[in-house]
Amino acid sequence: MGSLQSSPSHPDYVDLAEKTGFSLEQISILHKRFKQLSHNEDKLRREHLDQITDLQANPIREQIVEAFFDKRNFYQDIEEPVNEISFENFLEVMSNFRPPSDNLSEEQLVKVRLEKLRFLFNMHDTDKDGTITLEEYRHVVEELLSYYEALENETARGIADAAMLEVASITRGHMEPDEFYEGITFEHFLKLLEGFEIESRMNIRFMNMDTTTLCKLECGK
Amino acid sequence: MPARMGSRAPAGFSRSLPELGLLLLLAFVLLQGSVFPHGADASADTSHHGGDGCSSTHVKETNRTKKAFPVLSFEYEHIKTPFEVSIWVLFASLMKLGFHLVPRLSSIVPESCLLIVVGLLVGGLSKLIGDTELPKLDSKNFFLVLLPPIILDAGYFLPIRPFMENLGTILMFAVVGTLWNAFFIGSLLFAVCQIPAAGLTHLGLLSCLLFGSIISAVDPVAVLAVFEEIHINELLHILVFGESLLNDAVTVVLYHLFEEFSVFGQVTVLDGFLGVISFLVVALGGVLVGAIYGIVAAFTSRFTSHMRVIEPLFVFVYSYIAYLSAELFHLSGIMALIACGAVMRPYVEANISHKSHTTIKYFLKMWSSVSETLIFILLGVATVGGPHNWNWIFVTATVILCLVARVMGVVGLTYIINKFRIVKLTTKDQFIVAYGGLRGAIAFSLGFLLEHEDEDMKHIFLTAIITVIFFTVFVQGMTIKPLVELLAVKKKQEAKRSINEEIHIQFLDHLLTGIEDICGHYGHHHWKDKLNRFNRKYVKKCLIAGERSKEPQLIAFYHKLEFKQAIQLVESGAGGKLSSALPSTVSIQNIQPKKPPPAPETRERVLPQLPKAREEEIRKILRSNLQRTRQRLRSYNRHTLVADPYEDGFNDLLKKQKMFELEKKIKEMNNYLSVPAATSDSPTLRRARLASDPQSYNVKPDADGVPTIQVELASPQSPDSVNIVNIVDEVKRDREKDEDTGLTMKPPNAPSKQGAEEDAKDQQKLMRCLSDPGPSADEGEDDLFLP
Repeated sequence: MGSLQSSPSHPDYVDLAEKTGFSLEQISILHKRFKQLSHNEDKLRREHLDQITDLQANPIREQIVEAFFDKRNFYQDIEEPVNEISFENFLEVMSNFRPPSDNLSEEQLVKVRLEKLRFLFNMHDTDKDGTITLEEYRHVVEELLSYYEALENETARGIADAAMLEVASITRGHMEPDEFYEGITFEHFLKLLEGFEIESRMNIRFMNMDTTTLCKLECGK
Repeated sequence: MPARMGSRAPAGFSRSLPELGLLLLLAFVLLQGSVFPHGADASADTSHHGGDGCSSTHVKETNRTKKAFPVLSFEYEHIKTPFEVSIWVLFASLMKLGFHLVPRLSSIVPESCLLIVVGLLVGGLSKLIGDTELPKLDSKNFFLVLLPPIILDAGYFLPIRPFMENLGTILMFAVVGTLWNAFFIGSLLFAVCQIPAAGLTHLGLLSCLLFGSIISAVDPVAVLAVFEEIHINELLHILVFGESLLNDAVTVVLYHLFEEFSVFGQVTVLDGFLGVISFLVVALGGVLVGAIYGIVAAFTSRFTSHMRVIEPLFVFVYSYIAYLSAELFHLSGIMALIACGAVMRPYVEANISHKSHTTIKYFLKMWSSVSETLIFILLGVATVGGPHNWNWIFVTATVILCLVARVMGVVGLTYIINKFRIVKLTTKDQFIVAYGGLRGAIAFSLGFLLEHEDEDMKHIFLTAIITVIFFTVFVQGMTIKPLVELLAVKKKQEAKRSINEEIHIQFLDHLLTGIEDICGHYGHHHWKDKLNRFNRKYVKKCLIAGERSKEPQLIAFYHKLEFKQAIQLVESGAGGKLSSALPSTVSIQNIQPKKPPPAPETRERVLPQLPKAREEEIRKILRSNLQRTRQRLRSYNRHTLVADPYEDGFNDLLKKQKMFELEKKIKEMNNYLSVPAATSDSPTLRRARLASDPQSYNVKPDADGVPTIQVELASPQSPDSVNIVNIVDEVKRDREKDEDTGLTMKPPNAPSKQGAEEDAKDQQKLMRCLSDPGPSADEGEDDLFLP
């Protein structure tokens, strides 16, 4: 597909709309935002995202930024490493946060759920090997707790350990003492968050986004 | 006092003529005596008697010879009011007990119905007997005494997260829905009244609107009473319940508005405009008043560390004063109460001791339970007693219009709301919301309060209100449960929250905030995040004492989880069975990354190390306050309020659990031990058993035959085992002496453990009354807390 032209025309939008499920209006708003972030360039880089001030206060910003540059989240294969993304890729990542449309069938809902969980899984699995190891999970917990000041490492570890134990016990049940639990695979992840209604939680309202006012706030930085 | 009472007795007895004169004199004396206050003691009275001269002395002598000293006398007037109140409360509670003893009854008929029936019976009985004075469901009593506990209970335990998430929807239903109901019912009723056949033509439009505004509000008491028993999912519960709470502001404004103007007979545009402003003032003012008192209460609780006993008092009194202050200005008292409870709760919970928390919870539930019972019974009594004016057309029109208005309102509003919601409300949801719009005692009391109407109209109104209440409570209340089953509405999830879910909830919050920032979209995640940060940075430091202001929620959750496990362990700890808490034998060792074997140093790293720092940390956790682990009550059901056993823990429970956890983490997975120690007889468990419900506590039989396995020190893992053993030892030494000796230590061979972690079923069993040590280390182990 290649990169999007810097002055998108409607046919391209239609194309994207079909792929990602956004409406044309949402796509044009998002495109405006994309251009704003990338300073009107074609491609978005990590530094652009780092410039967002509000994001700095976020404890998991690294993973969020990485998620945008994670090739697993794109619909097509791109060679690693990904250092810059096009608008299309941007949209692809954003589409994970689109609320499911009203008239989806049961299996479509399941599919949506799987996609969202897959996105989350990829966020946790930083070394891209398909499993979330203890270290990676610990990292997640530590980051979450770093939101609060000065917490001891051990507590974070304790929590992460307990969480892993829980996962292991839910998914593997009985394990011999010398068996080793490699990490959370995607199936285990699914089982773990079974009761978690992610399709209703992991959503952003893309409706009323007026980014023009924000430009004044952010462009000055 | 006795003299006074005594002098009455002979007055009743003496009959013959010579004494008649004395009797009269006596009566005179009596009258004089009654002028004195009750508190006058016997000596004062006798001296008065004595001062009357020789005739009275003669009287006195005659008195003395006539009467016998009153060994037993009967005086009712003195204690009348408190006695009657107590009898009623006792009666109400006994009725409640009775319902649950009858096996099938409580599952078919909701309690509120039964209570009303009881009230009806009592009212009927009293009418038969004669006119005994019955306590009326007097508006003053109702609004000042009976209603606040229920609302405070609701507000204090309000689940904030679902409430805030659905706030828009709730407000729509509460404000717009109630307005729609009131005007629809009022105006259509006026139209009905115009029919000459009804004989109601004297009811003006404003009167009808007034009536509409009274009858339109969904009642929180009735909703609570019915919905608690049907256990629907959280969303629906919070929608209906939230609506019933927030519509109070609308009701207050409309009621006052129409009451004022029904006197004058007309409303101008200006008045309408003022009405709108008044609504904003009433609602926001109520919330503001409540919030202010809430913050003051939170601030006060920061300093109560030396006077733990009166902590619950602050919560209750501040909330009640907030309610009264709001009522003082004709603001919405209910909203003030809710705001006060909801605002103060997170901070107060962080500050107060464990016992205070339990006290608050139990008292609130108790009072609200009694209040609710009394309200329903008195409603029944008032039905029988109260003056009625039955007008077929009016009453049936009211009932029908109420239903129709409700359904139309809900459907119409949902259509609009669904455009803005992510999780849409389905038809089933709409049906439940519409069907759950019960009317209750608030409507009745408001009707009772009507002053400006003429008596006839008032009675018509009251009759209609009572009919609607009966209809909603009986018909809708009884049928909602089978309907919920029939429609297969989603029920409340009983699943326990795992720590993974907790982690992910927080993760998602931050993720969504981040994405919103990237989009440049200041959505509600953004503002929520800002509010949280503000809260953490400034507010918490102000209102929470000491270190606890810094504790993040995840940690609190984790501690709570540990607590739970600890309690489960002790519950099941009697026997020495070989099962694990998690239904698996997965241990830390399994999840550690495998490292290439041995240099012993590398080996060390394979295990979750227990360096000094960690021991310190563990010990700190063990000794630290356990109050942080309380989380909000997740059950909405007052009737089966069972002590969240996870709260009544004590320090050594956690220690014990920590110990077990440590042992779990030991590499010697093959060496789970069960020591057939005298665990069943340990003092702790004995106490626990005594205190707990005998049915719910299941002591596992001692596993006598389990062999103990020795652990060889020579094994490469053992350096750590020694470590652990040492820790356990030390921790054990820290314990008080009268602790159970269930754990027998045979260092260094056998880090023993009580092993028994239960299977899931027993986790449901409750552990009652284990005392907790309170915040400071000096407070020793306290007495049994008997529920």
